[in-house]
Amino acid sequence: MTQAPERESETKPSRLAPVADGAVNVIFREPGRFFAMSLDTARAAFKWPFQWQEFLQQAWFIVSVTVAPTIMVAIPFGAILSLQVGNLIRQLGAQSQTGSTAVLAIVREASPIVTALLIAAAAGSAICADLGARKIREEIDAMEVLGINPLHRLVVPRVLACAFVGLFLNGIVSVVGIAGGYIFNVMLQGGTPGAYMSSFSGLAQLPDLYQAEVKALVFGVTAALVASYKGLTASGGPKGVGDAVNQTVVIAAMALFVENFVLSALYFQLVPQKGM
Amino acid sequence: MGVEIRVDGLTKSFGRQVIWEDVTLTLPAGEISVMLGPSGTGKSVFLKTLVGLLKPDRGHCWIGDRDMPHLREHDLYETRKLFGVLFQDGALFGSMNLFDNIAFPLREHTNKSESAVKKIVMEKMEMVGLVGAERKLPGEISGGMRKRAGLARALVLEPEIILCDEPDSGLDPVRTAYLNQLIVDLNAETNATFLIVTHDINTARTVPDNIGLLFRRELVMFGPREMLLSSEEPVVRQFLNARKVGPIGMSEEKDVSELEAEARMGHDPGVLPPIPPQLMPADGRLRAAQRAPGEWLRAHGVTPPAGSFVDEQGRDWLEEWPRYVAERTPVAGGAGGGRP
Ligand SMILES: Nc1ncnc2c1ncn2[C@@H]1O[C@H](COP(=O)(O)OP(=O)(O)OP(=O)(O)O)[C@@H](O)[C@H]1O
Ligand SMILES: [Mg+2]
Repeated sequence: MTQAPERESETKPSRLAPVADGAVNVIFREPGRFFAMSLDTARAAFKWPFQWQEFLQQAWFIVSVTVAPTIMVAIPFGAILSLQVGNLIRQLGAQSQTGSTAVLAIVREASPIVTALLIAAAAGSAICADLGARKIREEIDAMEVLGINPLHRLVVPRVLACAFVGLFLNGIVSVVGIAGGYIFNVMLQGGTPGAYMSSFSGLAQLPDLYQAEVKALVFGVTAALVASYKGLTASGGPKGVGDAVNQTVVIAAMALFVENFVLSALYFQLVPQKGM
Repeated sequence: MGVEIRVDGLTKSFGRQVIWEDVTLTLPAGEISVMLGPSGTGKSVFLKTLVGLLKPDRGHCWIGDRDMPHLREHDLYETRKLFGVLFQDGALFGSMNLFDNIAFPLREHTNKSESAVKKIVMEKMEMVGLVGAERKLPGEISGGMRKRAGLARALVLEPEIILCDEPDSGLDPVRTAYLNQLIVDLNAETNATFLIVTHDINTARTVPDNIGLLFRRELVMFGPREMLLSSEEPVVRQFLNARKVGPIGMSEEKDVSELEAEARMGHDPGVLPPIPPQLMPADGRLRAAQRAPGEWLRAHGVTPPAGSFVDEQGRDWLEEWPRYVAERTPVAGGAGGGRP
């Protein structure tokens, strides 16, 4: 698989080929293949038996690579938001609402974004590297020849594990972020604990949390699918795996931001917001 | 009983790079075939296309009435159960030790008890000489050991078609000799259809019933061993005798100036070396696919090079053969003096 391509002059020329290799491939074929794989994965998800062991292993693995960085990112994120929002709110003369705006900002937007980035970076790269290494060692081919569908065996458990961990991470980010915001606001900015607490649910509502969890779920699924696709199509030896991991992180992060925007827009359309 | 594979007009390219075109051949049921070709001519790609891991641009690959490139996913997975495949680098599962690797197909596809699995696995590990390495991870063993473990895993379900990608690369000469004997013995025992990709000329000359040669994006020749070993076709002749003189150069093809220079130097390909006798099963059985030595040559009026069919003990197999056959009965009906 790793031999250098044969001499150009010896291969048959074809007028369509250069285009097919380049732009068309990137714009149409790759996304096409990605969606085809996603559909096949969805189909494989309903096949018996479910791979519990792989699921648990992967979930544990993803947790282990994401929790620490998530917490490390969530604390300063909550603090910054409190600082920025707190200042703004004070200037507007609505000190009593600092708590509620911080909660709103963290639960609604910050935590899905932090979760998205961490899942894309930590979980996505790990999944892609793992599957990519298996692919170039021909383990995936061997599995298929042994009559086992790698989508069912490897990809489905990873996608579900990533989604599951996404939900959980989103919860962590919210809690840690709000705690960080509280500490920052009350201890460093001299806000009153009572005001922070009592305005807690002033603007935020339960659907905010639901939409954040839905986002986290979608992000988890997307990142795992992108990572699996890139891993399973890796070629060209160890360097190919490195490239695939790199592309996974970039593509997954972009996809997650787009999804975040779409889901937020939908949410504002569908769910009535609380007034001040 | 082995299964016939009929490959018809198979063509494969990656993007603009055509790997091979219009490959047509039949791997006869229960026979051992060897595929040769310079590095990078797409032998591994050919094996992967046969099992449906790569989709050809055109053509068919019939296993019975099933056409591998055009099967639905479910049927494809079913048909693959006929195959045992040894990949070029062994393709062991890196996260499992050797025992679990070899036991994997049994645990997936049979309801055997753990003790039955253990018995079969140990038997296969002994066959490939890996006893004692059960608990090792693939990353902790040598390339040759990985190869042998991969072979054991490919054999564990007793497949009807066995595809081996360079089983002998990375093996020492003694292990290679044992491996060749193992292949012949396995074929005698199970009558599976074998396709072996190899760079080992000795293997290619002594083991198979049929030889094929891929070169310059096409199948140059495919046929009975004696046909290729006695062939005057320059590419076949050069390759099967591992010579520098001939159309194959360092970079796949020699260019015109190189060939002219060679002609001026007065290099001539010399006389064909003797055709060695075919390797027989160790226990003295006859394989169902066994042909009589010299059968093809006689049928086509070709005189073999002097000294052909003489083994290391100096026995002439052309003379020895009738006695040898008379002493034993073939494993499965109708062989003996070869096919009609
Ligand atoms: N997945 C792939 N994508 C693109 N090109 C490929 C792919 N797999 C193989 N090739 C190309 O196909 C050609 C044949 O490769 P292959 O591995 O089949 O050679 P081979 O005959 O097995 O060589 P060797 O004897 O060295 O193992 C090479 O030029 C290689 O670059
Ligand atoms: Mg190869």
